[in-house]
Amino acid sequence: MNYSKRYYVLFVIILFVCTIVACEKLLPKAPNEDEILDGPVEGLSESENAQFFAGDIAFNDEVFTPQTGLGPYFVASSCGTCHAGDGKGHPFSTLTRFGQNDSTGNQFLSMGGPQLQNRAIPSYVPEQIPNGAAFTKLTPPANTGLGFLAALTDAQILSNADPNDINGDGISGVPNYISPPSYFQPQWFHQSFNGKYIGRFGKKAAAIDLLQQTVNAYNQDMGVTSIFSNTEPSVNGVQSPYGDNVPDPEVSSSSVLNVVFYLRTLKAPVQRNQSDLNVQNGKNIFKNIGCDKCHISQWTTNQSDIIALSYKTFYPYTDLLLHDMGMDLDDGYTEGIAKTSEWKTPALWGIGLSKNSQGGQYYLMHDGRAKSIESAIQLHGGEGQNSRQQYNLLNNADKEALISFLESL
Amino acid sequence: MKKIFFLLILTTSIKCLAQKDSSFVNRIKPDTSKLNLNMDALYTRPFLQIGKLPLSLGGYVEANSSYFGTNGIREGLSFQLPRLTLFMSSTIKKRIKFLSEIEFEEGGRKISIEFASMDIELLPLLNLRGGIVMNPIGAFNQNHDGPKWEFISRPISATTIIPSTWNTVGFGVFGKYRRNNLTWAYELYFTNGFDDKIIANTENRTWLPASKQNTERFEKSFNGVPLITAKTAVRYKKFGELGISWMGGVYNKFEVDGLVIDKRRRIDLLAIDFNTTLPKIKTNVNIEWVWAIVDVPKTYSQQFGSKLQGGFLDIVQPVIRRKILGWENSVVNLVFRTEYTDYNVSNFNETGENIYDHLIAIVPGISFRPSSQTVIRANYRYHWQRDILGNPPALTAGFQFGFSTYF
Repeated sequence: MNYSKRYYVLFVIILFVCTIVACEKLLPKAPNEDEILDGPVEGLSESENAQFFAGDIAFNDEVFTPQTGLGPYFVASSCGTCHAGDGKGHPFSTLTRFGQNDSTGNQFLSMGGPQLQNRAIPSYVPEQIPNGAAFTKLTPPANTGLGFLAALTDAQILSNADPNDINGDGISGVPNYISPPSYFQPQWFHQSFNGKYIGRFGKKAAAIDLLQQTVNAYNQDMGVTSIFSNTEPSVNGVQSPYGDNVPDPEVSSSSVLNVVFYLRTLKAPVQRNQSDLNVQNGKNIFKNIGCDKCHISQWTTNQSDIIALSYKTFYPYTDLLLHDMGMDLDDGYTEGIAKTSEWKTPALWGIGLSKNSQGGQYYLMHDGRAKSIESAIQLHGGEGQNSRQQYNLLNNADKEALISFLESL
Repeated sequence: MKKIFFLLILTTSIKCLAQKDSSFVNRIKPDTSKLNLNMDALYTRPFLQIGKLPLSLGGYVEANSSYFGTNGIREGLSFQLPRLTLFMSSTIKKRIKFLSEIEFEEGGRKISIEFASMDIELLPLLNLRGGIVMNPIGAFNQNHDGPKWEFISRPISATTIIPSTWNTVGFGVFGKYRRNNLTWAYELYFTNGFDDKIIANTENRTWLPASKQNTERFEKSFNGVPLITAKTAVRYKKFGELGISWMGGVYNKFEVDGLVIDKRRRIDLLAIDFNTTLPKIKTNVNIEWVWAIVDVPKTYSQQFGSKLQGGFLDIVQPVIRRKILGWENSVVNLVFRTEYTDYNVSNFNETGENIYDHLIAIVPGISFRPSSQTVIRANYRYHWQRDILGNPPALTAGFQFGFSTYF
């Protein structure tokens, strides 16, 4: 080998070695654990990790098409469409429910209620809100930490209920009692109230457990049938005589159950900047002005069939109860026993990361109308009015501290 | 399948014979004396002429390795043989030619006829072509042979907006006019077209490559409406080549057994391509940009964009041109690609905000050509991909190393 050849071979070897060494440094780093919402809870077994992964694929990667069961009437074509990064949704994927403004029950079920399928596959015409129906728009919530909320006992939820405001604090949280679907199987921690059960999920707590929430999402959001709900959603009560030409059920029960497992085992959001004095001050203010009466910070699970969820303390900032939120948030739509102005206290964990799943902009409250945390606070009326008034009396530094605390969640 | 094995054995046998008797097999080098255009890429390939057989053979192979990661999650080291392509050309009679290209992808899992057409030259300005053709939209779709490119990955806009390699069955005409330093050419084809999978696919976006799954397009049209593709290109010696192309047709099934089930929904693509070599410094610049307009039902989801656009810019700078490791006229190039692809150029109905769903990438690299027909290349790739809402981008980066060669 002459000098020239040796020179080139040496150059190539050096280049190769440098590339190998530089390799890792030139690849994108993983975001910090507290900057993202997705990922499993700690302590899952290997088989549970495998099921979590299967659920992750079904939730985030499985896209339905007209050939695989989408529609014919639908809102979105995949779970991930509405829950980017497992965070809060965007007005693009907001769904509409229609029905009654009184407690007589939804009179529009025979006309396609309660959920509007505002999109349709080609050749089909989407559903319209029937004349005379009350309706509300609901922005998709974040998915994280739902398994912890699902693992609470009914007794724990009821311990904070105060329907008659006996303690006189102006807060009268009540549970929503829901008639269970046929496939519902009560667990040891569920309590029956004349055949109804406490709802925990959804903006008005209309779903008892994550299986009901998931089955409804497949069916009502995507028009996908399962063994749990084997009929396509109708359009204004009229069932398409030909359906979508895809054999039912359109999604396997294992896919549905994998998604339920995925939702149960998504980690709880991790609070950031906990040592920041401003954040700590904000946390105290949150308590002092009474926000924590509904947004209860700390809970501890009981025994769960998933060991990683058993006896765990977590910080969702919700009581899972319905509260009258006043005129500004009264959409004139009832669901279960939830009145028009009543909404389930939304969990605040992960609120600071909402912008990362909402396109860089906050869309808060049930319909995304609040573009900032400040404006969300100002929309609190009814049982939240006292806290809002106290917030307005704070000086700017304290207001900023409170917002900092909320953004750290 | 038997035929394919026969071809492989034939090709291998010829190679063996070539080692024994060089006069039996002649390597036909492409004619580079003329001002060739992208549309000439089919014929400006190296072929082997076998004795007095009226058949010329050729092909190319690509092999790569890659190490990628996205947002901290490493895919690890993997190796690919993305394609092995065989082509055959035959002059049946004076001014009547046949050329075909058979591609083996993913280690032979996918075997497809990329191109198989007969060309009849009536006049230099009027040639007839029929068979499986590569629609002349943009430049890359027709001029995509691996050994011609210094980059391991194909351009994203040229493979996901223009679904290269996009080929269908049809007929058309093409012609060329040459005078001094100028070449002008045109192409016009009527072929089978797309299908409705472009808005009904698991990518959850308007995705033209989904129509490639429909292999029935080589048997019959999805809706009976031809896809029309037209291109004109001009090359001036000191300026370079500029091409403008359009491809349009109806993509959906609007009628079944005489019953109207939907309106006719069009898809139209317009592309501009340009390439040149700067004098003195010999920098090669290659640009392609494409716009696509798709009639997506308004009652469908905005997830599926009705306007798409994207393109790439390649810069190839030769830095060493000399005998290297015993190979005469070897060239070392520093290369750089930047590309942008937007799958949804629109605003949300609900908020009026921009719909994102776009991707930006940069690809610096180095290539070594021991001969013009062989390239050994190393690329570093970094891309930022935003979802439809514009959330923080998924960051993907990695290294690629591989080679591609005609044989």
